[in-house]
Amino acid sequence: MNTSNNEPREERPHITVHDLTMAYGSHVVMQNLSFSIQRGEIFVVMGGSGCGKSTLMKVMIGLKYPQKGQVYYGDVNFWESDQALRNRVLRNIGILYQRGALWSSMTIGENVALPLEEYTDLSPSRISEIVSFKLSLVGLAGFEEYYPAEISGGMAKRAALARAMALDPEILFFDEPSSGLDPVSARLLDDLILELRESLQTTVVVVSHDLESIFAIADNTVFLDAETRTMIASGNPKTLLAETRDPKVRRFLTRGKPDIRKNREREKDTYCPENE
Amino acid sequence: MNNLSERQAAPGIMNFDRPVPDIFRIHLGGVWEIGQQLPSAGQVQELIAADPRIRRIVFDSTALEGWDSALIIFLTKIIESGTKAGIAVERTGLPSGVQRLFCLASTVREPGGMTSHATREPLLARIGERTLGSLRASAGVLDFIGEATLAFFRLLGATARFRWADLGLTIQECGPGALPIVSLISALVGIIVAFVGIVQLRVFGAEVYIADVVGIAMAREMGALMTAIIMMGRTGAAFAAQLGTMEVNEEIDAFRTLGISPMEFLVMPRILALVLMMPLLCIYSDIVGILGGALIGIGMFDLSVTQYYDQTIQALTLTQLSIGIVKSAVFGVLIALSGCYYGIHCGRSASAVGNAATSAVVTGIVLIVVTDGIFAVITNALWI
Repeated sequence: MNTSNNEPREERPHITVHDLTMAYGSHVVMQNLSFSIQRGEIFVVMGGSGCGKSTLMKVMIGLKYPQKGQVYYGDVNFWESDQALRNRVLRNIGILYQRGALWSSMTIGENVALPLEEYTDLSPSRISEIVSFKLSLVGLAGFEEYYPAEISGGMAKRAALARAMALDPEILFFDEPSSGLDPVSARLLDDLILELRESLQTTVVVVSHDLESIFAIADNTVFLDAETRTMIASGNPKTLLAETRDPKVRRFLTRGKPDIRKNREREKDTYCPENE
Repeated sequence: MNNLSERQAAPGIMNFDRPVPDIFRIHLGGVWEIGQQLPSAGQVQELIAADPRIRRIVFDSTALEGWDSALIIFLTKIIESGTKAGIAVERTGLPSGVQRLFCLASTVREPGGMTSHATREPLLARIGERTLGSLRASAGVLDFIGEATLAFFRLLGATARFRWADLGLTIQECGPGALPIVSLISALVGIIVAFVGIVQLRVFGAEVYIADVVGIAMAREMGALMTAIIMMGRTGAAFAAQLGTMEVNEEIDAFRTLGISPMEFLVMPRILALVLMMPLLCIYSDIVGILGGALIGIGMFDLSVTQYYDQTIQALTLTQLSIGIVKSAVFGVLIALSGCYYGIHCGRSASAVGNAATSAVVTGIVLIVVTDGIFAVITNALWI
């Protein structure tokens, strides 16, 4: 992170969330959230629908004030910094919104180019080269001149990923990356996320409830529970599945099936990610 | 459920018996489907309430030929009143499909904290909430105006960031694009003013002064006012809908998280475009309105072209014209601000976009008319 002159110490987590409480008015959505995300890690925030996963992401990317607690990027205390410093942090973050959120009045090419035009001094021809390259990474080479309304939802989502990657961010946020995608495209997106981490050492934060995707990509996770309004488990999903005693986490990770340890025999023919 | 089959249905019937004194057995027979005359649950409730010895309700559905939601609703009422009276209701005698539906209805439940706000707050609390809500909203409006002003200063200092292409596009949309409707309305307003005026002036044989009436009315008031109202309905509503849709699609969030101020990037070009275009449209509207008036004066009341022209030139001073032009620039700011404010503060649903456009137009028109009134008072006080 180029937010401070002194290089952050190696052992410092890339992102730290400390004792975070989020609320809409007086309605507390989640409280006492504390976890850290290491550099180059793929971290998944999981939990049922409507439990506050997307709200947590909004707080982490500066769209919503937390009621209490801190979010650190390296050494920078995000919510206690001034707007200029916050913008510098945000410049190193790319975000893929749930529905893509491409700017509808601009072409795909202009969408990807805008962050580059805003934050670099590159010449227009150099920018268009980078745009073409980023679009080819997501399989959309040659679609520069199309408007978002002229392409399919899956394509728009990939174009949005190209935009999120435009400035080669150190951190990528994904809000429900597989929603609205067919299974094959969703798996391709998972592969792309893994590839990005391998090739660019990007830290990836994913908000998801897609189990298959979670087991395929996550190094580390945190599980948010709507009932207790806090995190009730964290760790690698495979380890969690093997070790957790919490019935809610187990139910989530086994798709609502009964305890598979007790019912191995009965569950043999059904989906069990642990066995994959 | 058998409700799809075409057959002569036997209507639903119900009988009771008491195998032992503390058990109340309900025999269900025939077809229990929506749209048929069915026994009422009230009958059962009365019978149960009348006999305190009853401890259990059981069902016998062997004679039941068909059922749909009608039966479920009937049974729900009985189960509810039974539970309230502390009587066990055994569902085992019901068809298995009915039992499964009851099971499903009682297990699928949203987690805690998601219940609706069913309790109504007391009156004082609601008045307080509303008052605080409007105070917060007013603070929000002031915040928005302040932010817009700062963005305008950044624009003057050439540090504001927006795309000139966007400005050009918006100018095209709200300037030349509005000419047909502005022409039509202004010509008609000129004609109407001429008609109304000339009838009065004729009494005194002063038809020629219709040129003064139309000229001054258009230049001082009607040109600016009519253009503003047209532009509020046309462009202000469009701004609210565009920005509202962008908010719904998270496009505005995408600007914010990129560190680009939506105020500079989206609102500024729109305000600028309207402030630049409104005075031009106002001048255009004045001219078309005067031509409309001339059409009536010359075409229907025997005034000559020279006469009408001379009279108009004499009546119109630069002051009259510039009052209209200044007003139209101010109206431009009001239109853009109310359109953009409601657009950016739009909720996250399709109906929210509609509401944003409606609120923008209503607020905008009120602001325009009130401001016009303030201008009238000020110009009157200054003798201009």
